[in-house]
Amino acid sequence: MTAKQSPLQKASIIDVQTLDDLISTLAHAGYQVIGPRKQDDAIVYDTLRSAGDLPVGYADEQDGGKYRLVKARDGIYFDYVVGPQSWKRFLFPPHQKICQMRKQGKAFRIVEETAEPPCYAFFGVRACEIAAMKVQDKVFDNGTFADPGYLGKRNAAFIVAVNCGRAGGTCFCASMNTGPRAQGGFDLALTEIVEKKRHVFLIEAGSVRGSEILAKIPRRAATGEDTAAALAATDRAVKGMGRKMVEDVGPLLKRNLEHARWGEVAKRCLTCANCTMVCPTCFCSTVEDVTDLSGSNAERWRRWDSCFTMDFSYIHGGAVRRETSSRYRQWMTHKLSSWFEQFGTSGCVGCGRCITWCPVGIDITEEARAIWESEGRR
Amino acid sequence: MKEMTALKDPMVPAPFRIERVRKELSDTFTIDLVSAERRRAFSFLPGQFNMLYVFGVGEIPISISGDPADPETIVHTTRAVGSVTNAMWKLGAGQTIGVRGPFGTSWPVEKAEGLDVVIVTGGIGLAPLRPAIYQIMSNRAAYGNVCILYGARTPEDILFRKELEKWRGQFDLQVDVTVDYATGRWAGRVGVVTKLIGRGGFDPHQTVALVCGPEIMMRFAVEALAERGVPNERIYVSLERNMKCGIGFCGHCQLGGDFVCKDGPVFGFDKIAHKFAIQEL
Amino acid sequence: MVQEIGLDQLIREHPFFEGLDDATLELIAGCAANERFDAGQYVFREGQPADKFYMVRHGSVALEVRAPGRDSIVLQTCDDGDVMGWSWLVPPFRWKWDARATRLSRLVSFDAICLRGKLDADPALGYAMYKRFVRVIAERLANARLQMLDLYGAGKE
Ligand SMILES: Cc1cc2nc3c(=O)[nH]c(=O)nc-3n(C[C@H](O)[C@H](O)[C@H](O)COP(=O)(O)OP(=O)(O)OC[C@H]3O[C@@H](n4cnc5c(N)ncnc54)[C@H](O)[C@@H]3O)c2cc1C
Ligand code: SF4
Ligand code: SF4
Ligand code: FES
Repeated sequence: MTAKQSPLQKASIIDVQTLDDLISTLAHAGYQVIGPRKQDDAIVYDTLRSAGDLPVGYADEQDGGKYRLVKARDGIYFDYVVGPQSWKRFLFPPHQKICQMRKQGKAFRIVEETAEPPCYAFFGVRACEIAAMKVQDKVFDNGTFADPGYLGKRNAAFIVAVNCGRAGGTCFCASMNTGPRAQGGFDLALTEIVEKKRHVFLIEAGSVRGSEILAKIPRRAATGEDTAAALAATDRAVKGMGRKMVEDVGPLLKRNLEHARWGEVAKRCLTCANCTMVCPTCFCSTVEDVTDLSGSNAERWRRWDSCFTMDFSYIHGGAVRRETSSRYRQWMTHKLSSWFEQFGTSGCVGCGRCITWCPVGIDITEEARAIWESEGRR
Repeated sequence: MKEMTALKDPMVPAPFRIERVRKELSDTFTIDLVSAERRRAFSFLPGQFNMLYVFGVGEIPISISGDPADPETIVHTTRAVGSVTNAMWKLGAGQTIGVRGPFGTSWPVEKAEGLDVVIVTGGIGLAPLRPAIYQIMSNRAAYGNVCILYGARTPEDILFRKELEKWRGQFDLQVDVTVDYATGRWAGRVGVVTKLIGRGGFDPHQTVALVCGPEIMMRFAVEALAERGVPNERIYVSLERNMKCGIGFCGHCQLGGDFVCKDGPVFGFDKIAHKFAIQEL
Repeated sequence: MVQEIGLDQLIREHPFFEGLDDATLELIAGCAANERFDAGQYVFREGQPADKFYMVRHGSVALEVRAPGRDSIVLQTCDDGDVMGWSWLVPPFRWKWDARATRLSRLVSFDAICLRGKLDADPALGYAMYKRFVRVIAERLANARLQMLDLYGAGKE
């Protein structure tokens, strides 16, 4: 990445209709364009053929255990925030084949699959989601070992960010320093400017290939007024942020590993693992073995796993984390505390998905605050 | 980010041919492996482990139990306890096992030079320590007193018994073996291995302790070592956690901020003492 | 080789007696005697009056319990340096187990009858000795519990 430059310096303005050009330009450049779409009353990420596929005019209402898409301001492209899915499912698919083995007499042979990695353009990536990708980058290239499947897709992916003009009810990226405005990590970034008389996008390039794509679509240079309008949009999102994480949560949890609160939250937690499945940074996986009926072919598949399952910590004789309280503690301390020790960064980016998609509405910010307040703070 | 070209997927095993399988105990066997692709050298450090894959059944972490000075053959000693380990025992010479590794940290064999070494181990825990013993023996003059304190369930469960007897026969090594339950004509010690620590012939102020066995045994061994005055930073333990990758990807082996697979399995006890105290971490 | 050390010195240097004053050590030494047991020989038998306690100098003594129709079960062995036997402190002052030398063993025995009277008469001495024995008992209990856990056993299945 190049040296820091002041944000919005080289910004341009495009019309809303130009979104379509942007999508088709990316498609022509060989990218498979993926973006938000409305499906079964939720926003999911799927192939975009045109801007018309976007959930225009919808917004989401999110709260602990609640998600609802509603008709909102007509014609607005990005009034909703993040849904149950994240880009992780493309870079680190829920199910992936590791390799295949073929019996040959007594021995067997290992067949490695080396397909060309798909070339994605992720359209509509929120700031917290870029932060999440950066978090996973450190997991899948840890200095000693690297996952070529992940890196192949990640390096190829073209990222069109969208800076949030409206925050969701469970969002807390502002207190995690990950949003709502993307700070790098994108090829192009859009900010939707909605004013009485105009509806346009401010667009910035964050990379050489971003500039190259931008050069192919109709645009005009942004004025100071435009950039001010864009900044005002993300400022509004900060003000409307649904939640907030307490400060210095890493050390806080580390010194409270035996806090009574773990037992209390365990009374509500169903260990359903939803929070880990929707989380854009959770990276845990297990491996499954499959054999065909003849027994001469075997495959190894990597599948998402969660620290909420009993099997996760199984060692011969029993699981290490038998209690719900210890599994919840593993999850929350990993996200907010031990992640720093492992990767030098927070494992939580403040996207709020785990709060929204928890069937009983357990709220990571509230749990952290309870422990914080128990230390006599306010 | 790294360039992609020629990056091998570290999750894909390499085929190794079984040269020999031998029974050690009623439930424990040793397998010798050589690379199936070409006789390529496989170097490892004592205490490291491999992920071993049995066709169609699964993949598990097993420590290397052979001599680090012999890079051609990889030796693993395994106790059959469940699906993969039992399936592995059914394999015979000429069959293939998938290998990924070597992974993890190692025993501080070189750092211990000039000091006494006390090895406290129980059950199958002797297997991951055998490479360290080989390495120490090959450079015996570099160390002070060396004690091996070993506990087994019964006299029939004493692993590598012939080798222990041979080592005991050497004058430069103290080997004490104790069993929990005496059977047959056993005339040796009966009692827990931690009891041997109290009188092991080592100078606690100049000793490196290598500890491997069931976690409860290790906790009590560390306590007994501390009582004799061995400081935590010179006590090393090898931990066991569920492992699906061995390389920091799968998350299963976490112990607080540590990945047992890459920050361990061998840890300086001072680094994890506080974690030992927390239940179900 | 180390020359035969006098009982006096042996007692003085044994960690078990560490911290006792000279007069006490002398008194204890006065109750002590060297004993030798060949392999297989019993040091004491279950049910017999417990009128001594022992310190193993060299060798190994198995504490065993007899069971009909099978070999005696060895509960543990006492080896070089171990202090063995506390039944002399607890009524009815009878041995709970058999103790059998598993090889040639040299022990120091302490006449408990002589000591028991002195401990009763002198509470400070009594406390000092009880403190030492409680430690041995606690250690023995902890070890027995560990053994019971069957750490390496198939027991986990
Ligand atoms: C670093 C390391 C080194 C080890 N070295 C040895 C060794 O040298 N010799 C030896 O006999 N054993 C060793 N073990 C333990 C060995 O990995 C387990 O006994 C083995 O995984 C059991 O697999 P299973 O399928 O037969 O048992 P099952 O009970 O059927 O277990 C099912 C699955 O649970 C997981 N699992 C179960 N027990 C363990 C365990 N103890 N540790 C990690 N994962 C487990 C595995 O994924 C296993 O496939 C080591 C473990 C670790 C972590
Ligand atoms: S822990 Fe929750 S809020 Fe944090 S990144 Fe994961 S899903 Fe989002
Ligand atoms: S929170 Fe749980 S599932 Fe998520 S990365 Fe951490 S250990 Fe894995
Ligand atoms: S074994 Fe997978 S992360 Fe350690």
